[in-house]
Amino acid sequence: MKEAVLLIALTLFMVAIGLQLYRVIIGPSMPDRAIALDTIGVNLISAIAIVSIVLKTKAFLEAILILGILAFISTIAISKYIERGVIVERKGNR
Amino acid sequence: MKINDVILKTVVKGVVFIILTLGVYLFFSGHNAPGGGFIGGLVLGSGIVLLYLTYDIETIHRKMPFDFKKVAAFGVLLATGTAIGSLYFEAPFLTQTDGYFTLPILGEKHLSTVTIFEAGVALTVVGTLVTIILSISEDE
Repeated sequence: MKEAVLLIALTLFMVAIGLQLYRVIIGPSMPDRAIALDTIGVNLISAIAIVSIVLKTKAFLEAILILGILAFISTIAISKYIERGVIVERKGNR
Repeated sequence: MKINDVILKTVVKGVVFIILTLGVYLFFSGHNAPGGGFIGGLVLGSGIVLLYLTYDIETIHRKMPFDFKKVAAFGVLLATGTAIGSLYFEAPFLTQTDGYFTLPILGEKHLSTVTIFEAGVALTVVGTLVTIILSISEDE
């Protein structure tokens, strides 16, 4: 029973990631793509957590942490590129 | 144009310490668990890249005056230094040794020279990562 529920949840996460890939590729504007990529990161974290429950192991917890950090940094980088055109500024203008 | 990013700066000031702590933890858990010098160096480097993203190059260079090419060079020197050090004990190149020591507060601990080699690897990865990111993302 528990295995079936976990596998159904994993399948639904994969379906959600597929739908967000559609939004990344087709997405009419760049902010759509940024939000879709961030959501893909969150769904991947949840999928890895479910895999770690299914396999009864703790070895994926570091992967979850690192994936969260990289999703955070990449969302900031994409947003800054969309808003200002540069990613790392030479000097602060404020 | 003044840009108002108070929320980003305030969040990053706290989050950077979490990222650096995770990097140090991954660096020291390298023997029997996922982790090691390469992964720890990557996480430390992404924390530094997050600082560069949020602030700018001049501010971070004023607070953290490292030339990251020299950091990478020092890391390679440290790693090959521990590798050459084994030649003085009539052992093959890159031989590492370990032992169990009783420390005053911590009790019996397993210490090995692989940690010094891994520190060299981590410094190399941090220096190379930050140099690459700064080179390809500069605006001029």
